[in-house]
Amino acid sequence: MAKSPFMPTTGTSFERTGENSMIVNMGPQHPSTHGVLRLVCELDGETVVKCRCVIGYLHTGMEKEAESQTYQKCVVMTDRMDYLNANGNNLAHALAVEKLLGCEIPIRGQYLRVILAELSRIASHCVWLGTHALDLGAMTPFFYIMQQRELILDMFEMFSGVRMMPSWIVPGGLRGDVPDGFEVKVRAFLRDFPGEIEVVEGLLVENPIWRERTQDVGIMTGAQALELGCSGPIARASGVAWDLRKSHPYSGYENFEFQIPVGKTGDVYDRFLVRIAEMRESAKIVEQAMDQLPSGPVNTLDRKVAPPDRSELDTSMEAVIHHFKLWTEGYRTPVGEAYAGIEGSKGELGFYIVSDGTNRPYRWHERPSSFMNLKALEVLAEGRLIADIIAIIGSIDIVLGEIDR
Amino acid sequence: MTEPRSAEAQAIVANLPDALISETVKLGSLYLCIERERIADVLALLKSDPGLRYDYFSECVGVDYSEWKEERDLGSRFEVVYNLMSVSSGARVFLKVGADDGEAIPTCMHVFAGAEYPEREVHDLLGIEFQGNGNYPGERFLLPDDWVGYPLRKEFPLGGEDVVFAHGTLGPAVEDIASPLAGESFEGTTGTENVSPQGR
Repeated sequence: MAKSPFMPTTGTSFERTGENSMIVNMGPQHPSTHGVLRLVCELDGETVVKCRCVIGYLHTGMEKEAESQTYQKCVVMTDRMDYLNANGNNLAHALAVEKLLGCEIPIRGQYLRVILAELSRIASHCVWLGTHALDLGAMTPFFYIMQQRELILDMFEMFSGVRMMPSWIVPGGLRGDVPDGFEVKVRAFLRDFPGEIEVVEGLLVENPIWRERTQDVGIMTGAQALELGCSGPIARASGVAWDLRKSHPYSGYENFEFQIPVGKTGDVYDRFLVRIAEMRESAKIVEQAMDQLPSGPVNTLDRKVAPPDRSELDTSMEAVIHHFKLWTEGYRTPVGEAYAGIEGSKGELGFYIVSDGTNRPYRWHERPSSFMNLKALEVLAEGRLIADIIAIIGSIDIVLGEIDR
Repeated sequence: MTEPRSAEAQAIVANLPDALISETVKLGSLYLCIERERIADVLALLKSDPGLRYDYFSECVGVDYSEWKEERDLGSRFEVVYNLMSVSSGARVFLKVGADDGEAIPTCMHVFAGAEYPEREVHDLLGIEFQGNGNYPGERFLLPDDWVGYPLRKEFPLGGEDVVFAHGTLGPAVEDIASPLAGESFEGTTGTENVSPQGR
């Protein structure tokens, strides 16, 4: 362990490779590490020789906690993992539990899930774009794009009462249908959003300072990305035309038309372009889902999984029993194991659940996309300038809540 | 074992005859149980086989089966499940490796560089050693450095653990070991007679 009186490297055994190098500690309280990420960098002048990520500052043991909670109660923990893409996490959890239960969701429920998940993706990318640009010295995009995110959070608040952690997508369907006026709000958003994104894009795409900071920085090849377990926009920016919404469609994605944006060079600039294009595609998906949204129930009709409607409780004894059983015991999943993965805003987001036949998971694990993507930072930072680290972290788009869980 | 059915199992039997233990399909997903010592070779084989091309390493996850009462694929206490995907064909395969207390699993970092983090996580939370992933001896990953024990093991209590101060000294316990609420049990039954004092 490299020991030095003014270079604290506690908490990580970091071997210094060069003699004249300097060890610099970034974080955990550093504005551009996007949360409590700590980087220990070995520098030769301004060049990064080696970079190691130290994580775990937000570890709350959610996977352990879940083993004593019913499947319904696990939902609220999923929001708090990737808190920028809460609906996506809810959806992945719901799909894994539904795979175990073998239950089908009506089309309206599936499409509403798609709408919520895609709005979440846009909101998540808005935060990424704002902070990424802010890190590299562009302050204006942050204000424009956060305004768009606010509009989406208003919609979340409208149906769930919560802005960031709706917990609205649950195994068996959704907690409820969307309220009146939701569609008007979404339509108004979809009408203005392409113009707004163009404004922000215009501030950066041709901007010489932005291009100087991002082009040819942090280049990763497609094969390298897959080997590192990177998925989502990062892999796509490296030329891997792979999106789980296309390759393993879930929740009715096969009924919508959209493109998978793919980059060429795989640098920070390409990741920026890919995510901007993805936001536009997401808006298209939301529009299609809104147009095709059928009427009908949103929850599975299996009363052992989804609660009966409130109106039934006054007249049906069976409904009262189902209601009581669901909110006291929950439902029991058959013995077995299931993995369900979705295309989250940061990559493949999956849940692996082992069930022993009780109403609680025996083992509940999230396949964290940011956690797997973070490894790329260590690889990409090597040999680059320390200022490039800031650009690379931003382009990887990590959420520490998901990394540490 | 019986005749290998899937292309993945056939490729493993043809190239590494002693590696495959069993083959099952659960809820549409293919699970292959692999001998512990051969896991890195199997991963390398599946990655390089021109017909399969499992080039995407999704993750690996550890499970402690010490309180499992149902039937199982493997007999050992822990299982590590590797999740691989072929981006070109879209096929997914889950490889299972069993390990008991004190048994080490060979690392597959040299096959998939991305395996470093999930392997370290499994080691940190379940205490399964990965031979060759030893860049950080004695270092915790997600947990603080002075943390004692492996929380995802089933015997690790939920709550009730002592506060660990620097240099390994222990302070008071934070709260009582979690027990079910009155009228509710961890086994999913309602009614006060089923409430167990210690939970599961």
